[in-house]
Amino acid sequence: MNLRDSPDEAAFRAQVREWLAANLPGEWGPEWSRRLYDAGYAGMTWPTEYGGRGEPYSHQAIQLEEFARHEAPQHMNVIALGMAGPTIMAHGTEEQKARYLQPILAADEIWCQGFSEPDAGSDLAAARTRAERREDVYVVNGQKVWSSFAHIADFCILVTLSDPNAPRYHGLTYLVVDMHSPGVEVRPLRQITGEAEFNEIFFTDVEVPVSNRLGDEGEGWQVAMTTLLHERGTLGFALTAALDVGVGRLLETARERANGDADIRERIAAEWIELQALRYTNYRSLGTYQRTGIPGPEGSAIKLRWSEQNQRLTKLGRELLGPEGILDDGWWHYQQLRSRGNTIEAGSSEVLRNIVAERVLGLPRSR
Amino acid sequence: MDFAFTDEQRQLQREVRGFLAANYPLDRDWDAPADDRWQELAELGWLGGADLSFVEEAILFEETGYALYPGPFLVAVGFVLPWLGPEEREALAAGTTKWSSEDRGLVPWLGSVDMVVDMDGNAQPARGQELPTVDPTRPLGRLERSNGTPLPGARDVPRARTAIAAEAVGVAQRALELGVDYAKTREQFGKKIGVYQAVSHQLADTYADVELARSLAYWAAWCVAEEDEQAPLAAAAAKAFATEAAVKACERAIQVHGGIGFTWEHPLHRFYKRALWLEGFGRRPAELRATIADALLGVEVTA
Repeated sequence: MNLRDSPDEAAFRAQVREWLAANLPGEWGPEWSRRLYDAGYAGMTWPTEYGGRGEPYSHQAIQLEEFARHEAPQHMNVIALGMAGPTIMAHGTEEQKARYLQPILAADEIWCQGFSEPDAGSDLAAARTRAERREDVYVVNGQKVWSSFAHIADFCILVTLSDPNAPRYHGLTYLVVDMHSPGVEVRPLRQITGEAEFNEIFFTDVEVPVSNRLGDEGEGWQVAMTTLLHERGTLGFALTAALDVGVGRLLETARERANGDADIRERIAAEWIELQALRYTNYRSLGTYQRTGIPGPEGSAIKLRWSEQNQRLTKLGRELLGPEGILDDGWWHYQQLRSRGNTIEAGSSEVLRNIVAERVLGLPRSR
Repeated sequence: MDFAFTDEQRQLQREVRGFLAANYPLDRDWDAPADDRWQELAELGWLGGADLSFVEEAILFEETGYALYPGPFLVAVGFVLPWLGPEEREALAAGTTKWSSEDRGLVPWLGSVDMVVDMDGNAQPARGQELPTVDPTRPLGRLERSNGTPLPGARDVPRARTAIAAEAVGVAQRALELGVDYAKTREQFGKKIGVYQAVSHQLADTYADVELARSLAYWAAWCVAEEDEQAPLAAAAAKAFATEAAVKACERAIQVHGGIGFTWEHPLHRFYKRALWLEGFGRRPAELRATIADALLGVEVTA
């Protein structure tokens, strides 16, 4: 056990800081993402043959930490880096890996995710978007929802129903869909914050080449599980790093506003403690990740606690401002409203508790 | 950065758990006077003889919590060791002198130790009145003062707090396992009760609490072992979080067990009482959070 940076890690951290000093401020988008790629900060743990850097997960963790501390924008291709890419590496053919992975890192092609549907949210196996095989294409019809970045995406990882007569979990097929295909329509969804971060996607007779399938026909469920495992596995450090910024702002606000209120001071300390607990839980799970390359199921617990903390934290931030807390002041206002999505997106808290109960604790399945 | 135990540390963990499980099983006669096997602890090197780092000692504390070990190991090694000079350390390591220390006017196990370190850092013979506590295995006493002998070392507050936190993690882990085992076997309405989310989600929350508490306890243990400047904050955070987690873990486990969890016969109440003792001894979680707030925000200014 050694919680200090190794000489190699310290050198890498210094390099990241130096790069940030030279490149900030930066604006989130394709140009900034390209600069990250050129600097070697995209796909850091991916194999070099796919444009990655083949570096240890600890470097990735340091990069995320330092970017968050400097409030630097991250790479825009988050769905591809966290989900589509790892899924292609696990289930894709050599042609698919060669075709898709490098442009992801360079942000030349942006990805979105088509999993949830109006009638299939947490219950992904109930997806009804149909994929009918016609010779060497699948014809796709249906609707997806809550799809971040779909309005700017070039590709979509799509869970479809290819065999409605198959037993549950066996009729799904996982496709990579070109978002510029005829029949794809994207409509933005305005959310609680007023902005339109995510979208609905409508598919009408969209032809998807069979060569765009990931895994076998009917094996979409297993492929989707890989995606979701990685979604929560690689997320931990990014989430905690973002929380770090929130707690930092909270302390800043509190130093100015709430020096005398014992109850508020105690609640702030509790948030600081929870942040450290999440941080060191990430470090503990990093060890497993490093050894196996697969995120452990404890990632579900980290995401669960992170989302609940972000909701408490952002409420507390508003509270610190007293009556001014109801002003639309920008940061706290946006963060507090946005945090309501945290316990719903990327696995609702209810689903995550089921995952912990069944896969970690071994309790009998609830359904 | 490497937050994993070494193979040797994992081996130690297995040995400690094996020793404690063999001697302090769950189906022991809980109401009979307990043998603390002090000489065996000395022979195993736990009392300072094996020259363990504090990270390794934290492993011992976690396991003594998990097994609900009854003796004064926590105070002798967790609290007292930093005060002692070479001769006293030798006698402790050999198991010939049992030590405790005074904290806020109270001395754990006053009636069963030989020597006490008082509030001023002096060694005193253990004399005074012992009082029962919420945990019958952990009495506290009020020291009858005499002129003590000064000791060379000093109180190490982060070390003591981290020792308590590590023990609390062990208690919480055991309560979680008891709850999970029961939810897997007990049937109601024709199903295992772990199927019901009202039951399983409580246990999932306990799991998250225990993992977070463990991370804080190991972080604090590392800081103490390395004399890292963050040790005071880390230890305060670990004690506050882990002892509360242990209390909650036991309370949820009792709830999951239903009526049987509320009986004297079932061992759960023993773990609950240990958790309450750990939470209350020294500084309570709210006081520790106030201390942390002082460090983060500056000492409170009252207008």
